[in-house]
Amino acid sequence: MATKVHMEALSPTMEEGRLVKWTKKEGDPVKSGETLAEVETDKAVMELVARADGQLLKVMVPEGTTVPVGNVVAYIGKAGEKVDGDGASAPAEKGSGEKGVVRSEPPKESRQPAVASSVPVAVAADATRVKASPLAKRLAKDAGVDLKLVQGSGPGGRVVKRDVEGAGSNASAPEPAATATRPLPTPHVPVRSGQPYEDVPLTQIRKTIAKRLALSIGPIPHFFLTTEIDMERAAEARDALNKQLGEAGGKISFNDIIIKAVALALVQHRACNAWFQEDHIRYWNEVHIGMAVAIEDGLITPVIRNADMKSLREIGAESRELAGRARNRRLKPEEYTGATFSVSNLGMFDIDQFTAVINPPEAGIVAIGSIVPKAVPEGNGVMVRRRLRLTMSCDHRVIDGATGAAFLKTLKQMLENPLAMLL
Amino acid sequence: MANSFDVIVLGGGPAGYVCAIRCAQLGLTAAVVEQEKLGGVCVNIGCIPTKALLHSAYVANLLREAKEFGIEAGDVKTDYGVAMKRSRRVSDQNSKGVEFLMKKNKITVVKGSGVLQPGKKVKVGSDVYEAKKAVVIATGSRVKGIPQIGLEINKTTVISSDEALLMERVPASLAIIGAGAVGMEFADIFNAFGVKVTVIEALPRILPLEDAEASETLSKSYRKRGIEVIAGAKVTKANVAKDKVTLDIEAGGEKKQVTAAAVLMAAGRAVNTENIGLKECGIQLTDRGFIKVDKNLQTSTPGYYAIGDVAGPPMLAHKGSREGVVVAEIVAGQKPHPIKYDNVPSVTYCHPEVASIGMTEDQCKEKKLDYVAGKFPFSANGRARGTGETEGFVKILRDKKYGEILGAHIVGAHASEMIHELTVARENEYTVEEVDLAIHAHPTMSEAVAEAALDSLGRVIHV
Repeated sequence: MATKVHMEALSPTMEEGRLVKWTKKEGDPVKSGETLAEVETDKAVMELVARADGQLLKVMVPEGTTVPVGNVVAYIGKAGEKVDGDGASAPAEKGSGEKGVVRSEPPKESRQPAVASSVPVAVAADATRVKASPLAKRLAKDAGVDLKLVQGSGPGGRVVKRDVEGAGSNASAPEPAATATRPLPTPHVPVRSGQPYEDVPLTQIRKTIAKRLALSIGPIPHFFLTTEIDMERAAEARDALNKQLGEAGGKISFNDIIIKAVALALVQHRACNAWFQEDHIRYWNEVHIGMAVAIEDGLITPVIRNADMKSLREIGAESRELAGRARNRRLKPEEYTGATFSVSNLGMFDIDQFTAVINPPEAGIVAIGSIVPKAVPEGNGVMVRRRLRLTMSCDHRVIDGATGAAFLKTLKQMLENPLAMLL
Repeated sequence: MANSFDVIVLGGGPAGYVCAIRCAQLGLTAAVVEQEKLGGVCVNIGCIPTKALLHSAYVANLLREAKEFGIEAGDVKTDYGVAMKRSRRVSDQNSKGVEFLMKKNKITVVKGSGVLQPGKKVKVGSDVYEAKKAVVIATGSRVKGIPQIGLEINKTTVISSDEALLMERVPASLAIIGAGAVGMEFADIFNAFGVKVTVIEALPRILPLEDAEASETLSKSYRKRGIEVIAGAKVTKANVAKDKVTLDIEAGGEKKQVTAAAVLMAAGRAVNTENIGLKECGIQLTDRGFIKVDKNLQTSTPGYYAIGDVAGPPMLAHKGSREGVVVAEIVAGQKPHPIKYDNVPSVTYCHPEVASIGMTEDQCKEKKLDYVAGKFPFSANGRARGTGETEGFVKILRDKKYGEILGAHIVGAHASEMIHELTVARENEYTVEEVDLAIHAHPTMSEAVAEAALDSLGRVIHV
């Protein structure tokens, strides 16, 4: 029998995907592991790969179609083999044991609640096979997490305890923060065509942003702390370092310096390097900084892992590389999830100061304004110094005013005296 | 170049040689530098020979009870020299086995002591060997004395496990300092060979890392056999004479003296980090003297990895071997699953055996976890009654809400073999329900594991 190719959940939060392009045509031979199609998920364009060897017998959905996860999009089998459902796009599979990710809906036949079962948990209530440990299943059931949407980190992609805990209450890994760092490459200017308005359907990423950010500002009690930082010495340090690096080195930006300073300050203030996890707070010992990057039609936060342990040069190179791939929508899920704190920078757009929306389950984000020369009192006179206004958004369930202020104080000290970062 | 390999492993113990084999399996060329016999402390003067001697001890004790089983064995005479020689043969067989494995996997064995050099090089004698991908440090650890109180190992009256494993005749009496796995195993052995044994432990109970109930059960069993156990005791002074040692001890506010023909030092081990060129290569140590490693077991100098005892606790052969496998896979460009250091089984092979995985009950209390302890004694187990091995119990600590197995502790015959059911369960995140659902053969001692799982659910059958 021909093997069905399903729309797979290619990211932890993906519920449907747009089939961008078939890379194999009907009749092409395919091997297990080969790319069949490019699929736009809620985050990125990713590859849908074959799970069986044979020939691509039939393509069920044309390019450009949005398909729910679990639906059959093609068939692979022996040349000349018949496939069922010839013609129309096959409906969602109902609980078959096929390989691939299958949408789970209980079979239509009468399914009595399991009465008189003496074993409460171990029997899967759902016929769909999800690779997950028994403990993960229990945790997920309690937390209302849909295991099918969780990316497993155990052997063979098995969902284990830490994955469910990481998924938090929203069955999703951390996602984009609130603000952008670049202009939209092609700003959407409405065409004057005589029509009063234009209805543009939401793209996958827009839908996710809408859902996630509403979720964020709603239940999360935000408060904001603003401070003004003298960047004169940081600017001098940056000039000197870039001179040292010369042509070959790749330039260090203010953003790199700020990311490094934030990471180092978080090491000293673990209270701000935390995730709110409904019934507990997870304080991170590692520092992973999410960096909001504007991409066409949205934004995404690639993560600089262990930023406290990386040199400015490494941070610079990594952030350029990640931002580049983010814009081409080529980030892997593990590259934009798992941040412990985020930084959002609108300095390059002459924004003096702004507030950013927290990206749950993180507990804080700093919003970076532009660095502008200002007259500041100095002794009896006035000096012109380059100054930066920075605003931290805090989740009050995790961070209290004084805790956030203490963190900002350290951050300010580090940026005003960049040599302190060497300590 | 003949002196160039993908990976050079310094040390041929259970961490090092396993690492080399895994490298070879992954298509890397590997060399092992070892100054002594292959297999390290484990095979030659540790795990393996002590297990041989412990079995001699078991046989002696079994024969003493033979009458009860309807067998007349007469007076039981023991000869430590013969038992020792048997244990040497077992060690030699194992060491030869490692040699064979090196050949089979085309791993070069360099005899001598290696010194690291910058640029992923290792100097052995006047030869310099070069690693193309990685140098792996697996130099292990050695026994240590306590010179501060006058207990420097002199190999006659103050001895270490090294001497204890090679002596021809047993001393009339023996004081053992340290009641961890090593101390408790030697207490068992020497008691069976007719030595008057006193075990002295500084912490409040013997096997201080095990569950308190395990310590208690073992204390009772040892005392019944005539082994004196003094816990919470501080040795304030030692007087080492030619043929005896007198120890001044403070325990529970009381001062007393213990005199024995010899003292066995079993209080900790020192890692072998000296004279192997760590400093020259910029490799840093932790505050506690272990080699500092990151998540991937890489040291502070890229290209140099550390595994086994030198890389930090627990100092156990099986932990070292796994680290060896993981490093080999990392060097070969794979992404191995990270080691779960909270799921390394711990075993003491004395009689009755003590084996555990995960947290102790006290740790659960300290962490204020909501747990239930399920327990089943071997005295209620048919198989244990049949073999007359009814000492001990299985205890499973179950998280109340989700049934997670927080910890498991087994005291009893074959505990070392039974613990793995619970290790597999924890590794795969099975809850107590899955342990019970797996049908256990009857009659086996392992049934006690399933019963303890049931007990944690309030559904124990056989008590």
